[in-house]
Amino acid sequence: MYDIAKMGTDVDQNTTKISARNVQVYYGDTHAIKDVNVEIGARSVTAFIGPSGCGKSTFLRCINRMNDTIDVCRVDGDILIDGEDIYDKRVDPVQLRAKVGMVFQKPNPFPKSIYDNIAYGPRIHGLAKNKADLDEIVEKSLRRGAIWNEVKDRLHAPGTGLSGGQQQRLCIARAIATEPEVLLMDEPCSALDPIATAQVEELIDELRNQFSVVIVTHSMQQAARVSQKTAFFHLGNLVEYGDTSQIFTNPQDERTESYITGRIG
Amino acid sequence: MPLSWLVLIVLALAAAGYFVGRIRVLKLAGGDVRALHSLPVYYGANVALSAAVPALGVLLLWLLIQPSLIENTVSAMIAPEMIPEGSNLNLVMADVRRVADGLYTAVETGAMNMAQVDALQASADVRATLGELGVALGQDVRPEVLAAAKSYLVASGTGNTARMVVVLALSLTGLVLSMIRTKPDYRARNVVERAVLALLMAAASLAILTTVGIVLSMLFETINFFGLHSWKDFFFGTIWAPNFRGDSELSILPLLWGTLYISFIALLVAVPIGLFAAIYLSEYAGPKTRAFAKPLLEILAGIPTIVYGLFALLTVGPMLINLFGQTGALGVNWMSGATSVLTAGVVMGIMLIPFVSSLSDDIINAVPQAMRDGSLGLGATQSETIRQVVIPAALPGIVGAILLAASRAIGETMIVVMGAGAIAKFSLNPFESMTTITTRIVSQLTGDGDFSSPETLVAFALGLTLFVLTLGLNVLALYIVRKYREQYE
Amino acid sequence: MTDVSQPNSAGTPQSSLHRLDARTKRRNAAESRFKFYGIVAILIGLLMLVTLLYTILSKGTGAFSQTFVTMQVELLESKLDKSGTRDLEKIKKVTTFGYAPLIKGAFEKSVLEHGIDTDLKTKDMAKILSKSAASQLRGYVIANPDKIGETIEFRFLANSRVDGYLKGRVSRESIANDKNITAAQLDFVDQLIAAGVLEKTFNIDFIIGADASDQRPEAAGIGVAMVGSLFMMLVVLALALPIGVAASIYLEEFAPKNWITDIIEVNISNLAAVPSIVFGILGLAVFINYMHLPQSAPLVGGLVLTLMTLPTIIISTRAALKAVPPSIRDAALGVGASKMQAVFHHVLPLAAPGILTGTIIGLAQALGETAPLLLIGMIGFIASNMPETIGEGLLSPNSAMPAQIYEWAKRADPAFYERAWGGIIILLIFLISMNTLAVILRRRFERRW
Repeated sequence: MYDIAKMGTDVDQNTTKISARNVQVYYGDTHAIKDVNVEIGARSVTAFIGPSGCGKSTFLRCINRMNDTIDVCRVDGDILIDGEDIYDKRVDPVQLRAKVGMVFQKPNPFPKSIYDNIAYGPRIHGLAKNKADLDEIVEKSLRRGAIWNEVKDRLHAPGTGLSGGQQQRLCIARAIATEPEVLLMDEPCSALDPIATAQVEELIDELRNQFSVVIVTHSMQQAARVSQKTAFFHLGNLVEYGDTSQIFTNPQDERTESYITGRIG
Repeated sequence: MPLSWLVLIVLALAAAGYFVGRIRVLKLAGGDVRALHSLPVYYGANVALSAAVPALGVLLLWLLIQPSLIENTVSAMIAPEMIPEGSNLNLVMADVRRVADGLYTAVETGAMNMAQVDALQASADVRATLGELGVALGQDVRPEVLAAAKSYLVASGTGNTARMVVVLALSLTGLVLSMIRTKPDYRARNVVERAVLALLMAAASLAILTTVGIVLSMLFETINFFGLHSWKDFFFGTIWAPNFRGDSELSILPLLWGTLYISFIALLVAVPIGLFAAIYLSEYAGPKTRAFAKPLLEILAGIPTIVYGLFALLTVGPMLINLFGQTGALGVNWMSGATSVLTAGVVMGIMLIPFVSSLSDDIINAVPQAMRDGSLGLGATQSETIRQVVIPAALPGIVGAILLAASRAIGETMIVVMGAGAIAKFSLNPFESMTTITTRIVSQLTGDGDFSSPETLVAFALGLTLFVLTLGLNVLALYIVRKYREQYE
Repeated sequence: MTDVSQPNSAGTPQSSLHRLDARTKRRNAAESRFKFYGIVAILIGLLMLVTLLYTILSKGTGAFSQTFVTMQVELLESKLDKSGTRDLEKIKKVTTFGYAPLIKGAFEKSVLEHGIDTDLKTKDMAKILSKSAASQLRGYVIANPDKIGETIEFRFLANSRVDGYLKGRVSRESIANDKNITAAQLDFVDQLIAAGVLEKTFNIDFIIGADASDQRPEAAGIGVAMVGSLFMMLVVLALALPIGVAASIYLEEFAPKNWITDIIEVNISNLAAVPSIVFGILGLAVFINYMHLPQSAPLVGGLVLTLMTLPTIIISTRAALKAVPPSIRDAALGVGASKMQAVFHHVLPLAAPGILTGTIIGLAQALGETAPLLLIGMIGFIASNMPETIGEGLLSPNSAMPAQIYEWAKRADPAFYERAWGGIIILLIFLISMNTLAVILRRRFERRW
């Protein structure tokens, strides 16, 4: 099983899911992302690392056009998912975001029950034909979010009553429930304690069997643990991109090396 | 000596004390400021405060207490059987005060001296004498009234003299005592600061005093009212029919119905418009639209209610008649007069729009952005995010805002006085004119009310009910809003 | 891991992002609708504002102009001072009825002079004037007895029906059942206009004059009520500002955290929401019934409004004090100032602009407040003279602007409505200037820490 899965991911990794070409992002007058080109593979975990303010989160938010909600933000260049430009005029960001889910830095469950938190996405996208269908989606998502066993007896308790780690897994399950193809995670463990972090990391590792996961992280150890590919951002530039093992053991760029060895950051 | 003179003298003493205190301590210190415990100003201020504060405090208390003391002694002189038919103690006392005032003017202008006043006989031409001095009396002065007036005059004369003596003595004592204590090693700053703190505290407790005043002033008269009129009829009766010849039916229920009905219509107008305006301004509008539309909407909140009242009476009412009246555009003949529940309700609704919108705006803005991101990140549209995430999250706060608006609507006076009409009834027809609690308070208390008849006193019972009602709503609303804010802090 | 093989069945994944599916179109339509509701709500609000302001301006500006008749009046000695001694006591004995012939004479002369052709009797001509015309003449003669016998030019107020005719409020159709004026008189008015005897000009008396009885809307002005309001505002300013600031300083800087402080705080926020009429009841019960202060006096109105404004001032003052950063206090305490000195020397001056802004806004609120004034008797009383001293201004009965407006709105003659709207224009001018001042102060002195 392990080998098959491993082989499967290897095959999948070669197919490109997301490709960015000459992406520039401006915040008002600030040039936040400078000419980024990157190809992100399907069914794998790609980590974005770099010092604070290097643009890694900004770039992540470009992939599901969350930056549209910020008035002063402007994106140039192309980002293609399955070969389709997501900044094309014909693309509705709402439809895009159903395909490209997102998990945020701080767990942000809605002030609703656990069930309604998960059912929210399927409901707005009309994924369930009936109540039974919806129940099934909720259960499946909670299982895939590795939190089912903890909450199955209190599905109608408020989601805000869970612990931080549970809340974040709930948010991941919520994102999975809309059947996305890409899952973006913006420092999903930064607000969690070590045990919860370990649980979430384990979950991420499992998720790559079905999704292509892009994770922004502050922690190099985390990037090393969960990702297959790593991209290093510095001052808005994509400095280096390659296999995780190669980035951490044999960086090509001296800025990458400085960062990894702790000289900048 | 007139009151204003007394106050001025005390203030002059305080001012003089300030300078003398400063000079004295400097002299004692041999002109060396460094030998003093505090700065010279504090020694001056200490003397000034000692001269002014206790004296003025006592004066204020005296002013509050003396009238009721005299009133009680004098009204004891009027035996119940002396009160003429159709009159009452309050009216007689009002006569007594008027006669006493007249006699006071007479003595003051030198037209009479106290001996002459003493010698006045009721049968004699008291009315004519006073008339010449510009004090008009409605009828001839009866002997018991004259006697009471005389003792009233004497009592207030004595009271005023005593007041002057006590206040001046206190002021001088304070001045002298603090002067004796003024020595270079005296901790003047600490004493002054403690006194100032006490004054600050007194100012802060005025808020409590006001509330106590409100409650007591209405409570006493309400108790009087329930002595004259059955409380059961007031709270549970169904008819409001005041009759100044007595035997009125005074029930709050029809008024409460009118009040609630009008408030309901007002909220029906204000809540959807205000809420949608708030949603648009906080979620959709760009900074320019916001900077333009928000202050303009808030102008509506700054317009005095008398303007809305006039708008209801002269513009909205006739306009509604043109629509729903006999010769109206719709030809339905539903409305006969300009004043109606709908008129007052709609205008009050307009007034409440900015109230609802700015409160809701604050509350919607307090919902964390992470909540919106979470929903948008799942592919929800903005309206789905607002309807299914933001509004449910803000709901407690919005409910609080609506309760505050309801309390405003219930207590609003001018719009209903001018726009609602004066007929107390239970009806569901919004085109009919109805009346409210506040309208009835105004009508029962304006004009020459007789403060011992249930028809006037009922206003106090209505006021107290209104106070309790709005207070309840406010406390509840403020509690909900506070809880809501804590949730997101 | 059965999920791996399961294709993504539901929803959009397999479809192209470049084609909107039906559901997304529906949802986008709902989105547009929702946004549209918001715009509609704001437009309704703005429309109401515009309607309100338009109504006020269109109906109220008329009050600032008034119709006057200018005529030469011969102050006949035979009518006013038969003895010819110019004895003031005797001249005073001539009542206003005695002056009526003079006015009739003046009309007769005017008609001749301008060659006006009319069948109207002089008695009916005189009826186009205000009822105040005769007393205006009498007042002039008593003030200037030496002018008796001369011919003087007078400007008389036309009566409110004539005024309404010039302003378009009254027409020949609308007076069919009106006893006060006839179509023939309106014809005469037209002739007088053509002759330049009767004209509509700016009416300063509306702004500075006193209210008039309900028979003479043309003579009513808001000036005295304005002075009444002014005195009330002085009382409010003199009491509410110091007390409010003192209370705020105590609560914000000195109050210990205990239940008494909590009660005071809850009290203040509740007082801010107590209906204004309740303050009126308090004023009636305490200031008038208990303390026997004079009814209708601006002092009492001011006291009631003070109690009402205090919470507003306290709330804004506390916000201003809170905005001064603790570092300022620490700095003062650090150089050895006492807490009291730190507050009075450093915090209070820094908070002053905010306090001032709050006070102005509180005063503006108090200026427009009507309901409590009704209960303490500030309506129905016609103060005909300006108060002469401060004491009189505070204690003698007067009205206030909003109460005066209410009084006019209640009267039967629609001519008073124009006055009421005009009064509102003046009231709003005051409010707008006060609020603008507050905004300017805030902009000018706003400090970001």
